[in-house]
Amino acid sequence: MIAIIDYGVGNLFSLKSSLSAVGADAVVTGDARVIESADKLILPGVGAFGDAIDKLRKSGLDEIIYKKVENGTPLMGICLGMQLLFDKSYEYGEHMGLGLIHGDIISLKKEIPSELDVPHMGWNALSVKKESPILKYVKGGEHVYFVHSFFARVSQDYTTASAEYGVDVTACVQNKNVYGCQFHPEKSGEVGLSILRAFCELGDTE
Amino acid sequence: MITKRIIPCLDVKDGRVVKGVNFKNLNDVSSPVELAKYYSDNGADELVFYDITASFEERRLFTDILREVASKIFIPLTVGGGINTLDDFERVLTSGADKVSVNSGAIRNPSLVGEAAKKYGDQCVVLSADVKRVGGKFHVFAKGGREDTGIEAISWIKRCVDSGAGEVVVNSIDTDGVKRGFDLEMLSAVCEAVNVPVIASGGAGSSADFTKLFKTVPKISAGLAASIFHFGEVEINALKRELAENGITVRI
Repeated sequence: MIAIIDYGVGNLFSLKSSLSAVGADAVVTGDARVIESADKLILPGVGAFGDAIDKLRKSGLDEIIYKKVENGTPLMGICLGMQLLFDKSYEYGEHMGLGLIHGDIISLKKEIPSELDVPHMGWNALSVKKESPILKYVKGGEHVYFVHSFFARVSQDYTTASAEYGVDVTACVQNKNVYGCQFHPEKSGEVGLSILRAFCELGDTE
Repeated sequence: MITKRIIPCLDVKDGRVVKGVNFKNLNDVSSPVELAKYYSDNGADELVFYDITASFEERRLFTDILREVASKIFIPLTVGGGINTLDDFERVLTSGADKVSVNSGAIRNPSLVGEAAKKYGDQCVVLSADVKRVGGKFHVFAKGGREDTGIEAISWIKRCVDSGAGEVVVNSIDTDGVKRGFDLEMLSAVCEAVNVPVIASGGAGSSADFTKLFKTVPKISAGLAASIFHFGEVEINALKRELAENGITVRI
């Protein structure tokens, strides 16, 4: 069972539907016991970093995430959920993240040419930087749907895919059993579904 | 590189897509779910659903339909029509909408855009403006383009973006329905004024109009149209191939 962690941030309807579409048994839950019993975790999120990390900490679910990750359970952060995995964000102040992947979340606006719009909104092509199990169906060049104004400045060691938008925008990351997608796989058509499918298949015997 | 988006717009009333649709291979041409799937399978980058019903009961039916579409179609969905309060945002967002477009609701209550952006994030709030030339100036019109508000359009749009609208749909009343091309002058003026994605609407009559749009106003993010897609006059995949041949980056 896959637990989509519900800590009061964002709309999880499409995420749950897309996981059903790839045949996964997924539940949207904020119940610590259910999350503890899950085989895989998804950390979603939209909105502002500070608000989201506060809500996650208040819910106490951050502790369960740490424990599960420590035990080897695959975790995937999506969009803001991916950003929460990092050490620190500079969105409206400074906020500490979960620190599961080393790097900072910084403003796109300051890094890209001024004629480019922020948010980075729309379909952009993935460039695969490194092999990663969740990208096993992705060749590179496929388009996925992004919506964000901040992005991860991260060591090359963790970046598995990027997209070009004035800078190399970190699109996918991995640190052992912790994965992240800056874009929305649940809104990225067949390509997005293939990434979710690959995540669901983690640990299956081939 | 980010691609230019092509977005069909579907008007929904009593649970059905109105404004006749004309497709082969579709059993039910006015089923929102079947049409959405058709567009999603045939190159649409995003879908806009416009709720043109008025009563509470019909509105409930619309959210049921939206939920069904969102459980089967995995591309971004924007919902507009009848969005006047934060409760309206909540209602469509929990039913599967990714973005919510406000038009008259923002004119009636100018703080709506800011409040919604604060609660749901800028990326969620789309300002939709119906704009028409009046005495050489661009004016914002309300009530589906029937009422001149007297508000100057460019500064209005800029104000809404400053309060948190993450995207703008500009519908030119002057070119809408005429099918002789988008309102390039108006769209350029809006693109110069704001730094969020701008979607062009009103006036597309052929695929060449889209090529001209993206060539003449390179900052435009997307082109939106309804009847030319519904009537099959322009087929989205063919349109995108033509755009690609003209050096415009699209998702194929």
